[in-house]
Amino acid sequence: MTRRSIALATAAGCAAIFAAVAHAPRLRAQQAPPLPVHQVPDAKNGGTVVMLCDGKTSVEVKGLKPGESMTHAQAVEVTRELMVQWQREHPDEKWQMAQAGQSSQTVPAPPAGPSASLAAGAIVIGVKPQPKGTQQGDTYASFTDRDYKVWKNETDNFVAEGKRIFHDSKELGGTIGVSCDMCHPDGSNTHPETYPKYQVQLQRVALLRDMIDWCIENPVKGKALDPNDPKLRALEAYILAQRKGVPLAYGKH
Amino acid sequence: MAARHKSVETKYMEDRDAVLRGLRGLDRRTFLKVLAATTGAVMAKSLMPPHSFQLVEVANAAPDKTASAAGMAGAPPFTFAYISDTHLYERTLNQRFVRGAVKAVDDVNALDPQPDFVLFGGDLAQLGRHEELDLGRQILGEVKAPVKMMVGEHDWFYDMGDAWQEMFGPPNYSFDWKGVHVVVLMSVHEKDFWTARKMTPLERMHTVAGLDNGIQSRFEVGDDERKWLSADLANVPHTTPLLVFSHSPLYKYYRNWNFWTDDAEQVQAILKPYRHVTVIHGHTHQMLYNQIGNISFYGMLSTAWPWPYAPTGLPPLTVQMNRADPFDQFDGLGDGRINLRADGLADKIYSLWDRNPVTVKADYLVSHGKIARPPAPQFASY
Repeated sequence: MTRRSIALATAAGCAAIFAAVAHAPRLRAQQAPPLPVHQVPDAKNGGTVVMLCDGKTSVEVKGLKPGESMTHAQAVEVTRELMVQWQREHPDEKWQMAQAGQSSQTVPAPPAGPSASLAAGAIVIGVKPQPKGTQQGDTYASFTDRDYKVWKNETDNFVAEGKRIFHDSKELGGTIGVSCDMCHPDGSNTHPETYPKYQVQLQRVALLRDMIDWCIENPVKGKALDPNDPKLRALEAYILAQRKGVPLAYGKH
Repeated sequence: MAARHKSVETKYMEDRDAVLRGLRGLDRRTFLKVLAATTGAVMAKSLMPPHSFQLVEVANAAPDKTASAAGMAGAPPFTFAYISDTHLYERTLNQRFVRGAVKAVDDVNALDPQPDFVLFGGDLAQLGRHEELDLGRQILGEVKAPVKMMVGEHDWFYDMGDAWQEMFGPPNYSFDWKGVHVVVLMSVHEKDFWTARKMTPLERMHTVAGLDNGIQSRFEVGDDERKWLSADLANVPHTTPLLVFSHSPLYKYYRNWNFWTDDAEQVQAILKPYRHVTVIHGHTHQMLYNQIGNISFYGMLSTAWPWPYAPTGLPPLTVQMNRADPFDQFDGLGDGRINLRADGLADKIYSLWDRNPVTVKADYLVSHGKIARPPAPQFASY
């Protein structure tokens, strides 16, 4: 008898015995059998043990108390360490990336997120088959569809972050409730393709970021952002993304 | 940037403030003369691009005379003014939009002769809060002529119109004025997008307040109000000129920004039997006009900020206004007047701040652009 059928039988028994308690048996019957749980060894140095999905390889993160989160840098380091350990114990095995749209590959991609996996450097990138009659592969030729998907994802996230800030007075550092989208829905009328150009009101040649900063200082009543401020970079990304396909026309008035 | 570069606008405003500070005691006529003189002085210093500074108050001193001279053949039965889309936050948070609203009130109070009434075109508040609406009520309380109120989505979706209705009464109503039947609609109902998403009232309001926030529904007059409109018009002869006020345009311009009323065709069908129908709408914050069959449409200007023209769907009859100068808070904004003519048609005067006023004649619309075309912009949208 499987675990599930035991549960069902138990539920049936409950229903017969405690017929008055209408909901309890149904709840029991809906429960799926528990998934196998890896036994994580105890921490030896007062930290937290993190285990790989093989249920065997593990490392202890020193100083990380139960319930605490790792920093991104820590997490990257831990995943790298786990993969190094796994490869040491499996010298003959090779990871191969699952390529989008190619179901014939038998070796699955590692389950970790793309950023962490790439940073860990533990993956042997699947070599892209070279089409006949093309030049021999170089750096660019070796990228896979998955690479492009990862990059697109990262770029789209950056643009989405810019969109969020663009629509949020507080994120912009505004003090009077005004955000960019109030005058520029969907980033309209920002014409990033026309910069650099002589901005007569500023009496100098302006870049898009100069105008973003001008808007933040004046209508938005916030403080101008440093050119390297991630928020300014994200805003630029969103505004440019909104004009994809529009021909560049720097200097246009 | 401010520390290193002071914009021309800022320099100009500082110069202007310095000159004008001592002049507050002057009567209006003298004040205008001085203002015109300071403008000349500032322009002589080449501080302002020449296209961007035309004092509307000075320009306004003349048009009443020209309008009445031109209209002698059929003296206008009446003129009304409008103020629209003030988008007020609480006074402590934002003075910028308060300045715009107060400026518009000054404008309409300065009209001579005074308009029969002043239509407020909706979006009095930015986030529908009681304090915002109350501030708007105080500012509009300074208007000398009677004020007719219309509701906008920014007034409505925080408390679904409770505070607004408590202050201003029902959102849709009608009245007769000098032989014209006037209908005020509440055209910004939205189908429930908030309950399933478990939104708080403020989240709902913020969603609707975002022009490019696609989560919200499209505006509609709705079944109940269309029935009300049909019943209201049941006893109005088809020869009576109709004047309809709606916050959203009663046609389909650009769906993504709700420059749109979803049941526009059904409303237009109700208005179709009438010889002359003029729809005056807010929401779009730009010079905008259209003609569909017997119906002439005019959009109103905002006092808070101008919207860009939408990327598609602009009515072919609309002649775009020059691009607004972001360095001038008042450019592209304003208020306006409508002259209801003896023939039942309506001419619209866009009183643009810091620019010459633009008159759009009904003849232009009903001739489908064959005559009386308004002047073309020098700088259209990008």
